[in-house]
Order: sequence, then structure tokens, then C-alpha cells
Amino acid sequence: MNIPFTLPALGPIMPEMLLVCMAIILVAVDLLFPRKKELLSQLVVLTTIGLIVMLFKQTPAVTFGTMFIVDPYAIFFKIICLFGLLMTTLLSGQYLKIEKINQGEYYSLMLFSVVGMMTMISAGDLIVVYLGLELMALSIYCLVGLLKNDWRANEASLKYFLMGAFSSALLLFGISLLYGMTGTTDLAGIAQYCLEADILTNPALLTGFALVLSGFCFKVGAAPFHFWTPDIYHGAPTTITSFMSVAPKAAGFAVLGRFLIMAFPESQDQWGPIIAIIALLSMAVGNIIAISQQNVKRMLAYSSIAHAGYALLGLLTGTSDGYSATMSYLYIYAFMNMGAFAVVILLCTKGHRRESLTDYKGLAKSNPGAALLMLIFLFSLTGIPPTAGFIGKFYLLKAALAAGYTWTVILAVIFSAISAYFYLRLIRYMYMEEAPQQFVTHYSPGIIAALAISAIGVIGIGIFPGTLLNWAARSLIVF
Amino acid sequence: MIPLSWYMVLATILFSIGIYGVLVRRNIIIMFLSIELMLNAVNLNLVAMSHYLDSLRGQSFTFFIITVAAAEAAIGLGLVIVLFRNKKTVYVDHINELKG
Repeated sequence: MNIPFTLPALGPIMPEMLLVCMAIILVAVDLLFPRKKELLSQLVVLTTIGLIVMLFKQTPAVTFGTMFIVDPYAIFFKIICLFGLLMTTLLSGQYLKIEKINQGEYYSLMLFSVVGMMTMISAGDLIVVYLGLELMALSIYCLVGLLKNDWRANEASLKYFLMGAFSSALLLFGISLLYGMTGTTDLAGIAQYCLEADILTNPALLTGFALVLSGFCFKVGAAPFHFWTPDIYHGAPTTITSFMSVAPKAAGFAVLGRFLIMAFPESQDQWGPIIAIIALLSMAVGNIIAISQQNVKRMLAYSSIAHAGYALLGLLTGTSDGYSATMSYLYIYAFMNMGAFAVVILLCTKGHRRESLTDYKGLAKSNPGAALLMLIFLFSLTGIPPTAGFIGKFYLLKAALAAGYTWTVILAVIFSAISAYFYLRLIRYMYMEEAPQQFVTHYSPGIIAALAISAIGVIGIGIFPGTLLNWAARSLIVF
Repeated sequence: MIPLSWYMVLATILFSIGIYGVLVRRNIIIMFLSIELMLNAVNLNLVAMSHYLDSLRGQSFTFFIITVAAAEAAIGLGLVIVLFRNKKTVYVDHINELKG
């Protein structure tokens, strides 16, 4: 049998290929120039900025059959992931020295995980979704466990690995059922076959759909698949926690959104309510359990579960307004969450991680700048105007309301009010308590840049939301 | 000829055994084996379906799954070794210091 072979167009996957090359070069640079540690982070920052510029100029295309899709939707999410990488790199320099993490593999693994995310964001086929997802997940398992002598990192990475592999297996079984029922793994092909054969109520197909949905919910950390989040956020190195809370989450939402709207557009009235329940459950679990947390990283972990719930509000509508609201919310979330973690990393010193809430007592007296920035980011996470968090939540709730999910929106507002308690408690510690000890802070150029970018982002988007919202509205999947 | 449903039932049984193993057993290595069993149930499902549907996608997907499972095994066992060096245990009941 002679199968004709033609090389697919490689132009659309150029950013991914460059990133892979860079990840390999970083290991070599680390090996050849062991003395020049700053070179690595500088290279990563330059590559990331270059790729963001390159992505802005990329033209929409489809390559490898229909397996790899570059559309404005994919470009939007890829830029969020690269932004997460950029911010994490800026934050890392100081932290890596404190924790004595080897830099070469750290940056290299981070680049590989971003390649995985970009692949799954662009995937038009479930095989590519799975491959991208695993490349992302496997790199992050290693990153979480990078502190080899720290038992918390060991425990976190093993827990993450076991639960991640378990959820991948569920996802795969779901994919195999979808493939068996429709005869294809192509997202658009699944939708087409379901419409032609009229099998949308087939139990095997529904089981497959449910399993795939739970696999994705695990990746974005939505309840009831959230159990891994607090432990892993707590045990991982703080820079990796900040990375994990932004980039993989955005990639998970991108692929979930694409899966729902490309493969099952016809049954929105069935998956809409299911996702509404998942969203409400995430908000309830995240906001209520966060109240009892005494550790900042665990508190931010539960807050990230709650924010995954808010972001799902846009997806469940299945409308273009809802999708653009979710997209802009994820971008805003990247700014405010990165900012909050930047302050946590700023206060971290050798031998003392300053992760407990009580460690923040009296911060405003000795470090008014850091306390003010934390205040802005926490206000934004709560959703208080004029910060970006308010804009994001407002458009999500508006989209869900327009789609007729009135009760979901009412409950979401109630849960959002509950969240004010634990965010404002940290502010009370910072501003209204006396400091029991001195704070030692190292303002390295990277941390200053990261704090400035997130503060400008949070306030800028809060006051001028138009640019981001228009960009999100222009970046939808073309139905 | 064996009908497709038999393969699917077998795959579902294997998958369920895997889920049971992950949820019930407490040894990390056994839990990891159970996850591999779940992946192989998926492979069986895909290959059987690929044959009956007369399409090659399922079989090529199986190769990808086998490859990724190998990478996963390498990383998972590496993590277990690191844990064993620090804590001298491979039981999940003993790694419970992160909670709250």
C-alpha cells in the first residue's frame, strides 16, 4: 500500500517549535555557562516577549489536517499562557536563590509545559488535546517536585501526579467512548456526526461526554474535582504555584470552551445546567472553605477554585457574550493573582517562607508600598470597583443573566459577598495589627517589574476596560 | 466473530478494576499500576473500535497513549524514589502532612 505523504504547513506551529528549541537551548546554556545564572531568565523573558509579538501578528490558519487550529481564540489564550510564563520568570530570580533551585531545568520545564498548553489550546482533535495536556501536566509534576529535599514538595508532587494521571485516564476513557460512538476524534467531525446520526441521547455518548468533562474540570480545578488544588498549591515552590494558578487554568478553560462549542453545540441546553451546578459548587467550596484557612497559599488555592467557578459562568451560556466574558476574566485573573503571589514571594526570606496569615500583621507600617499593592490585588480578587476584578465579574454575571440563569447569578453574587470576608481579613491583619517582627524585603528588578505590570494591569483594565473587552470579543471561535 | 460490545464490556471491567485499585489500595506503586490498567483498558477499547469502525485513528491514538504512559511511568517512579529517600515509605497514609 502506498500512502502519498505531503508535509503539512509548518508556519502556524512556528511559535511552538521556537519554544521547544529554546527549552533545549536553555539546558545547554545552563551546562555551558554555569556561572551566568541571570542569562537564563533574561533569555526566557526575551523569548516570551518575542513570541507574544509574533502571536499578535499571526494569521489564522489550519494545519495537520484539521488537527491544529490557529484562530484568534487560540492566539488570545496563548498570550495569557505566555504572559503567565513571563511574570513567573520575572518573579523567579530572587526566589530560586533563596530556595536553591537549579535554574536550567526549572526554566526548561516551564517552557515545555507552555508548549503543551499552546498545543492543547490550538487542538482541533481530541488526540492533540490529550498530547498537549500530558506535555503540560508531566512538566508541571516535575516542577512541583523540584525541591527534592523538601517533604512538602515531595508530597505535593506525588499527590498531583496520582490524581492527575487518574483524571487523564478518565478523560481518555471518555475520548475512547466518543470515538467509538462517532467514529472520529475530530471536534467538528463529532458535532457533524451527532447531528447526522441523531445520537445525542445515546447513553454511551453521554457517558463519554461526562468523563471528558470531568477530566477537564480536574485540570481547571473546579469542584467536585478540586481536591488536589490546596495541597499542591501549598507544597509547590511559590513561583510554580503562581504559574499553575494562571497558565494551565487558562489552557484548561480554552480547551473546555472549544470542546463544548465545537463538538457539542447542539446540546447546550443540556450541558449548560450541568456546568452551572459545577460552577456554583466551585464557588461554594472555594469561598466557604477559604474562610478557615491560616496559610496564604492555601487561601489563594481555595480562592482559585472559586474563581474557576466564576469563569465557568461565561462558558455555560454558550453565547459569544459569555465566551468573551470568560476570556477577559481569565486575563484579568492572571494580572491580579500574579500580583498577589508576587507580594507573597517578595516577603519570602531564607528559612522563613512567611506563608501564614499572621505573618502579615503590621505590614502596612513597615512596608506601606507592599501592603498597598496587596490591598489593590485583594480588592480586585474580591471584585470591588474600580479594579479589574469588578469589570470581569460584572460582564460574567451579565452574560449569565442574559442567557436566563437568574438563580445561578443570584447565588454567585452571594458567594462573592462571602469571599470578601477572607480577602479583607488579610487586609485587616496588614493595616490594623501591630507588627511582631521586622520584615526583610528584597526588591529585585524582576519583582519590581512584575508588581508594576500587575498593578498597572489591575487598575488600568479597571478604569479602561474597553481595549481588553473588544479584543476578547474579536477573538471568538467562528461558529 | 466476537461482537464489539464484548470488547467494550471487558474494557469497562478492566477500567473499573483500575478505579477500584486507585481508590482502595494505599501503596503508591499499586495505585500507579491501577492507573496503568485504566490506560490499557482505554487502549483495548480504542483498538477494538478502530477495527470495527475500519478507521485508523483509534490505533494511532493507542500508540500515543502507550508512549505517554511510558513517560508518565518514568516521572511517577522518579517521584516515588525521591519520596522514599526522604521519608522511607511508599504508603499514601504516611504522606499526610499537607492538610487543612
